[in-house]
Amino acid sequence: MQELTGAQALVRSLEQQGVEVAFGLPGGTILPTYDPLLSSSVRHVLVRHEQGAGHAAEGYAWATGKPGVCIATSGPGATNLVTALSDAYMDSVPLVAITGQVGTKLIGSDAFQEADITGITLPITKHNELVTDVERIPAAIAEAFHIATTGRPGPVLVDVPKDVQQASAPWRLADGEWPPAMELPGYRLPSQPDQAAIEAAAALLLRARRPVLYVGGGVIKSDSHVELLRLAELAQAPVTTTLMARGAIPDTHPLALGMPGMHGCYTAVAALQEADLIVALGARFDDRVTGKLDAFAPRARIVHADIDPAEIGKNRRPDVAISGDLRLTMGRLADAVAAALQRGEQPDTTHWLATLDGWKFQFPLRYSHDPAGPLKPQYVTERLSALTGGDAIVVAGVGQHQMHASQHYSFTKPRSWINSGGAGTMGFAVPAAMGAQVGRPGELVVAIDGDGCFQMTAQELATCAIEKIPIKVLIFNNGFLGMVRQWQELFYEERYSSVELGTDLPDYVKLAEAYGCVGLRCDRVEEVDAVLDKALAPSDVPVVVDFRTHDREGVFPMVPAGKPNDDIVLGPEFTEDEQRAATRREVK
Amino acid sequence: MSTHTLSVLVENKPGVLSHVAGLFSRRAFNISSLAVGPTHDERVSRITIVVDGATTPVEQVKNQLDKLVRVLKVVELHDGTAVERELALIKVQVDPALRGQLLEVAGVFGASVVDMSPTTLVLEAVSSPAKLDALLAMLEAYGTCELVRTGRIALARGAGVITDDAPSLTAVPGRTQSAA
Repeated sequence: MQELTGAQALVRSLEQQGVEVAFGLPGGTILPTYDPLLSSSVRHVLVRHEQGAGHAAEGYAWATGKPGVCIATSGPGATNLVTALSDAYMDSVPLVAITGQVGTKLIGSDAFQEADITGITLPITKHNELVTDVERIPAAIAEAFHIATTGRPGPVLVDVPKDVQQASAPWRLADGEWPPAMELPGYRLPSQPDQAAIEAAAALLLRARRPVLYVGGGVIKSDSHVELLRLAELAQAPVTTTLMARGAIPDTHPLALGMPGMHGCYTAVAALQEADLIVALGARFDDRVTGKLDAFAPRARIVHADIDPAEIGKNRRPDVAISGDLRLTMGRLADAVAAALQRGEQPDTTHWLATLDGWKFQFPLRYSHDPAGPLKPQYVTERLSALTGGDAIVVAGVGQHQMHASQHYSFTKPRSWINSGGAGTMGFAVPAAMGAQVGRPGELVVAIDGDGCFQMTAQELATCAIEKIPIKVLIFNNGFLGMVRQWQELFYEERYSSVELGTDLPDYVKLAEAYGCVGLRCDRVEEVDAVLDKALAPSDVPVVVDFRTHDREGVFPMVPAGKPNDDIVLGPEFTEDEQRAATRREVK
Repeated sequence: MSTHTLSVLVENKPGVLSHVAGLFSRRAFNISSLAVGPTHDERVSRITIVVDGATTPVEQVKNQLDKLVRVLKVVELHDGTAVERELALIKVQVDPALRGQLLEVAGVFGASVVDMSPTTLVLEAVSSPAKLDALLAMLEAYGTCELVRTGRIALARGAGVITDDAPSLTAVPGRTQSAA
């Protein structure tokens, strides 16, 4: 039996697990592991800040469906991962974080670069473990990947003290034997979806006159877009895709309503409000979708299917609950609907779909666009969408740029939209785009970012340039923390407190060039296509474009926080009559 | 107050109690009492948690606890079908003239005297939470000067055992068990 150090066992475990790439940054207590990493098949991407490693691992996971891996040293290295772990936890991203820890004898002594990272990350990881026995390393790694990727995915952190990395133990597994025995008696894999509940859901769906499929991130994570399309078409039920589920159904599909929620399309928001049946698929009735919970979809019966039983009934009590693997559930639900159609039942949604089409026509996403005036972020997004044919992988952080991207890019397929949904993490886009590009090297990865977000993690441009990770970064530079500015305008009597960043500092073109990237600037409407063409051209050098966008542009429609969704504000592009018509809609 | 008693079997590993307790604070669930100790299987600890049903969604608590990797089983025990006990040690200030009377009260509640000084008594009481509350109310009249009370522990009545369908702790090579 071969004797390996803990560090060698750790790296071999990653190899056995099939890890292609890890994002990280070494330091004192993780040094032993970086030595065998040098000669490993695992590619290591050296980031400039551990938060970048965490978000890159997330972007990789979003884009590929495989677990992302990040590595950091103890203390501040590990705490710099905290934001990314929290982000991954909120958005159910499969992630394995490996951190060095001070030697076991020093733990608890306030040693140099000591932080109780398992304690700190307890509430924001699906699981974590401090490994104190070198013999446990293979099992701890195997368990981490198993937990991160099965059931509802999420981040797992494995903390390994330096002396455990340095100790040796025999590698007890035969060649090709993986994984080792795991000890997870309390870890429950999803149960089989209840067939009776599925039949009940199918019956409700075919009886409903105003059904809506409320599709969340679970549909993307379980790769159930095929099942979704089949179900929607069989039942002739319209589909709304949350911020986490954009791309689950092509936006051009006649049954697609777009995004619901605070900045959702009017039709998606109103459809949920007027629905007599909502079939929630891998969605969690998040406050950004429901608005004031008591006033959400007041007449709808609810079917809630989710892999996580704790989500069912957490915010809204369902009439039919189906817990289990979502793809299995949706496949069987579609089967049940198909069987009912065979028996001669018919969906009765023609009138409903006509009503929704009327709303789409009457209350579309609308912005004004003066060819001689300042650039509108919506316009740039639409041009990006047109020029890429909806084929790019689009990555965003949080804020106005994120909402404009989600609203105005026409998504055609799953895993082509990556953003910070639940956590709303500024600085997510650049490193997440980097990770996505590493995971899908041949494809076009475009980060749409705000100037505020961009400045939080822009240092990863250096990583991208050196590692030849050719992401395209489109900064919507309005010189403000735009979403905060919008709230101050609407809810704080236009008292703009600490939201102005300025458009010229830093000089984003020079900054890009300083990082070894191509830097472009665009502030005129007629230049947008040419600049995008130039930026999107294949290259192994990352590109940053400074789009000077209108500093007073808001995101609409908007449901003010905590208000009922029926209070949706269409925005300045609609007349009072139109707003009145939207608010007083009548549904037969 | 409508209380719910949850019995939680957990792996006896470092950090488990803080994970369970942390879940309650993170999700703004209120714990009325908590007791933890080993079981006859040294690899398993049992945590008994009492929550206030009026302020805390009990189903949600159970579902969230179930998701913790080191939690083996969560069972809600109901009044009437479970034996519930708390232990209290009570130091009471008592005038020697009233001592006899106090001992009579203690006797009614099945509390025993475990220490005595010229001016104080220490009573030990093990009983249901309601009976213990009644005893403490009676002792108010004498002057309770120190009270320590454990969290509630509880066990289902009858032949059923909490581990009946709990996952076993034996590792299976190459895969994990899925609890039914």
